[in-house]
Amino acid sequence: MGLPDMEQPSILQVNGLTMDFGGIRALNNLDLDVKEGEIVALIGPNGAGKTTFFNCVTGIYRPTKGTVSLYNKKKNKQISLVGMKPNQVTEQGLARTFQNIRLFSQMTVLENVMIGRHCRSSAFILGALLRDKKTLAEEEDIIRKSYDILEKIGLSSYQNEFAKNLPYGAQRRLEIARALATEPVLLLLDEPAAGMNPQETIELVNLIQEIAAEGQSILLIEHDMKLVMSLSERIFVMDYGKKIAEGTPEEIRNNPEVIKAYLGEEVDA
Amino acid sequence: MFKFEEIKRSFLVSLWFVFLTFPIMVIRVDSIEKTVQWRWMNVVYVLIGSFLMSFVFRYALKKKEIQASEKEAGKEDTDQSFIHNLLLVPRYRNMIYGGLLAISIAYPFIFSTYQVNIMTTALMYVVLGLGLNIVVGLAGLLDLGYVAFYAVGAYTYALLHHHFGLGFWTVLPIGGGLAAIFGILLGIPVLRLRGDYLAIVTLGFGEIIRLVLENWGEFSQGPSGISNIARPGLFGIELPLEQAITYLYYLMILFVIFTVFFVNRLQDSRIGRAWIALREDEIACQAMGIDKMKTKLVAFSLGAFWAGIIGVVFAAKTTFINPASFTFLESAIILSIVVLGGMGSIIGVIIGALILILLPEYLRALSEFRMLAFGAILVSMMIFRPQGIIGSIRRSYIYKKSSNPSDGAA
Repeated sequence: MGLPDMEQPSILQVNGLTMDFGGIRALNNLDLDVKEGEIVALIGPNGAGKTTFFNCVTGIYRPTKGTVSLYNKKKNKQISLVGMKPNQVTEQGLARTFQNIRLFSQMTVLENVMIGRHCRSSAFILGALLRDKKTLAEEEDIIRKSYDILEKIGLSSYQNEFAKNLPYGAQRRLEIARALATEPVLLLLDEPAAGMNPQETIELVNLIQEIAAEGQSILLIEHDMKLVMSLSERIFVMDYGKKIAEGTPEEIRNNPEVIKAYLGEEVDA
Repeated sequence: MFKFEEIKRSFLVSLWFVFLTFPIMVIRVDSIEKTVQWRWMNVVYVLIGSFLMSFVFRYALKKKEIQASEKEAGKEDTDQSFIHNLLLVPRYRNMIYGGLLAISIAYPFIFSTYQVNIMTTALMYVVLGLGLNIVVGLAGLLDLGYVAFYAVGAYTYALLHHHFGLGFWTVLPIGGGLAAIFGILLGIPVLRLRGDYLAIVTLGFGEIIRLVLENWGEFSQGPSGISNIARPGLFGIELPLEQAITYLYYLMILFVIFTVFFVNRLQDSRIGRAWIALREDEIACQAMGIDKMKTKLVAFSLGAFWAGIIGVVFAAKTTFINPASFTFLESAIILSIVVLGGMGSIIGVIIGALILILLPEYLRALSEFRMLAFGAILVSMMIFRPQGIIGSIRRSYIYKKSSNPSDGAA
């Protein structure tokens, strides 16, 4: 386990994360950290446990062992995420996208993003009924911020379109927009380029770089090696639920363990 | 135009119908004279009738397919209904609202007491439908025991009036509140359930409430019910029967207006959006920071609240209640109103309630075939208009940006 840099605090610190499904150990003593403003990638062959890792971190699964903590800059303290519900995790500042797109398909594009603002607003039944000044101001703020995000992502022309009617690449980007609307400390992207054509992938890379340029920290799971190598500053490699390597793209490319995991071992005949 | 193939198929369908309806349409057993009548002419009627119906059905289906393929080609978005388009223009909207208000105010002066009475019942179902619409239409939680909350409201008024002599207006909020509390009580254990499982548990809950009312004699006076419940008073004045009916009618008009107003505002708020998101995708909804538990409980309790309110009105209207008024059939009718009218659509639910409650009243002559027609209507609705008579409106937010005002379309 590498000690985090003294100047740059880790915003996400995962130590000894273990997840058992019955007798199957999906995650085995995994350590991972993300520093502020970094793009970190988590890669591994199919079934290595990457999505399980995401689900443990975001509260969908409760890990068997280990700690997950998020550093909140505003409050200047580490918050343990283990045992929190998914919505509480999001409230603490961890927003995610899904491997298989999970948009609210019968809602408009703008509404989808507005849902992301839910945990940053507070109007309740009385506010909805009376529509007092505070509620109206909040509602307008939700619409404005959501629209701004759509504009940034380049989907503002679709704002009143149903989410299900968007082209595939746009749906993926909308998921990112929705996650960004929650004002995350760390953005988790679960295979953002899955199923995209080369053109869409290039657009996605540009988009992720733009978001990162604004200081957004990102942790992404990805299969597309080219995308991972060109985007990330550090890469963690998993296989069979264990971390097998960690380092810069250059280090990973030449790591024999990684090559073995991906391409198989050479066998002397 | 008609291919031989099609005629053959329709003929087979009608033969099958003849076979199916044979025992009820042809054979008649006279148990007193111990004879069997064979009404062979009915075979011919069923044959011709089902043959024609099969043709109409096939034609409608084909038309629908053509429409669907046109839509796929992006020709026309038929989702937006005519009524919604009308309502989008403020001038027409005001005219429609004004007209409706004038009709509803003039109604008791034009029609007989009987008609007013029926209309009051229909309006009660409008409110019930709008309440259930929050749970089923918006939050997507299939609730088959909605009538339980209705019963809670009705019995709250009946019992409080019977034992303590409390009046209608005092009990109205209590009934609504108590129903809402029951909504939460039901909501807590079923939060983890979805779809079919939720439907079964709510169905069970509805039956439990009814059975408790039926069997716990000391509490609810059992199947014999509670009678002599006071009608709503008007500032302490007791009205004669005819005026009381008219008064209740106007009260219901007010309730409907309030409900529409509230549900509309709720639907268009942060919490309303959360409900729709919950309906669309529960996991994504939670991942976006929405508290699933809280959102569901609010939907359940608000839906139940309206049922409780109308329960109180029901008790006051009929002045007598017993558990037989709160059977599963009642839940099924309210649910049909929501599904038939259009889930999540306020106008749809209103129209659905009026159709489903008023039509059977006017077609009393055919009351034997009521359930048959009911079933046929629902099946054909599911095939031809799964979104309901009037689908839910597609909401668009107008975003005003001072630098370029052309942004944001209505």
